[in-house]
Amino acid sequence: MTAHALTDASILVGRSMRHITRSVDTIITVTITPIAMMLLFVYVLGGAIETGAGRYVDYLLPGILLITIASGIAYTAVRLFNDMSSGIFERFHSMPIARSSVLWAHVLTSLVSNGLSLAIVVLVALVMGFRSPAGLLAWLAVAGILALFTLALTWLAVLAALTAKTAEGATAFSYPLIFLPFISSAFVPTDSMPGPVRWFAENQPVTSIVNTIRDLLAGHPVDGDIWIALGWCVGILVVGYVLSMVAYRRKVAS
Amino acid sequence: MTTTGTDRPPAIQVKGLEKSYKDLQVLRGVDLDVAPGSIFALLGSNGAGKTTIVRILATLLRGDAGTATVNGFDLTTQAARVRESISLTGQFAAVDEVLTGRENLVLVARLRHLPNPGAVADDLLARFDLTDAGARRTATYSGGMRRRLDIAMSLIGSPSVVFLDEPTTGLDPQARNDMWRIVRELADDGTTVLLTTQYLEEAEKLADRIAILHGGRIIADGTLAEIKALVPPAEIEYVEKQPTLEDVFLAIVGSDTTKEIS
Repeated sequence: MTAHALTDASILVGRSMRHITRSVDTIITVTITPIAMMLLFVYVLGGAIETGAGRYVDYLLPGILLITIASGIAYTAVRLFNDMSSGIFERFHSMPIARSSVLWAHVLTSLVSNGLSLAIVVLVALVMGFRSPAGLLAWLAVAGILALFTLALTWLAVLAALTAKTAEGATAFSYPLIFLPFISSAFVPTDSMPGPVRWFAENQPVTSIVNTIRDLLAGHPVDGDIWIALGWCVGILVVGYVLSMVAYRRKVAS
Repeated sequence: MTTTGTDRPPAIQVKGLEKSYKDLQVLRGVDLDVAPGSIFALLGSNGAGKTTIVRILATLLRGDAGTATVNGFDLTTQAARVRESISLTGQFAAVDEVLTGRENLVLVARLRHLPNPGAVADDLLARFDLTDAGARRTATYSGGMRRRLDIAMSLIGSPSVVFLDEPTTGLDPQARNDMWRIVRELADDGTTVLLTTQYLEEAEKLADRIAILHGGRIIADGTLAEIKALVPPAEIEYVEKQPTLEDVFLAIVGSDTTKEIS
């Protein structure tokens, strides 16, 4: 049964990956906003932003990567929502396949497609002068944190898709997530912000994740931020997963 | 009319099935017996609960009370075995619009773990007059073609019980006639077909047995002749036979064309 579940899930991942490769515009739409922001901040606004020594693109990239993920998972929600409203979800559910594989296929597709988008954004950053002294281990750690963050936000996307009434509603949840990095250490250091804003910026999930990735990419030793970052990711993941499962059970066989 | 199956256990057996959505009681104790290899039509107006029965039998929904077996397997305790025995074709064609017709068939064949998915797909494309359209995305298909593909996907793995929920709603007369032919062929091959319809004519032309669902209960259940006997015999009147508009339509466009241009 579990072996079947894996085969079924991989067949279904192949299917939804085809959705992505057949509409290349989704990859472009996902990456264009973060890339445009990166260009805007590096070449227009960045000159006036004080981040200490070092290139601004190096400072900026971690936040841009999180924005890429936040805009990518909106498409995960749309794909899942479309499946449920088109009847193909019910076809799969009335077939002798592991039911969990239907949902997991969307989750795995989200991981793969976000990985592709992130690679594109990093390539553009390299062209813009981004350099990192980080070794293989540090890069693996960065990839791990980004994957965990993607997984956490993906379950929020699943929850949104399962509870939404319209496709627009299924994506609405991602807007605040895209906006969140602006009130964090992603673009400017938090110590330039006034009291309450600074307090919010320093205690929301993005800042600890951005700081951790920035340290890893700069080849600095990571401080306690990494535990806060992992705590946030795992916390969001668990809450998103549990609520998604509740919504899923309510949706099927009620 | 098939009378086989009276000695075999029923392909579908439903006893005292009840289902409510919040305060709305949709099914108030439904009893059904469908003989193997027969075509059974569930007739009822919109909102009578036909789709609810089909969704429960296809394990997509759970009933509140009552028992049901499909192909001898209990719906609640042996749901996985039920899913191996059935296929469902819902009211709206459940095809993947981004994939081509052939890819849709291959996908289902792979999910059913069949040995040669490509060959299965090509066979079905030929059988349902879709070979030429097989390489096109289904988003470009006409309503009739989508329906045919939908049914073709449902037949992969040769399920012994097929549920068709309003299979001809929204189809033009030619596509509808194609669908009727497909349903008859299925039953000829020994497949049990339970179809829902709101068209009396469809039940009359296709079904071995008809059940009328009204007010959450089956109020009549029998062969066409038995159901007709429920009302007083018809008086004989002589009227001129006028061709129906449908006869005219089919005569003009030619009813033998099954291929469509979209």
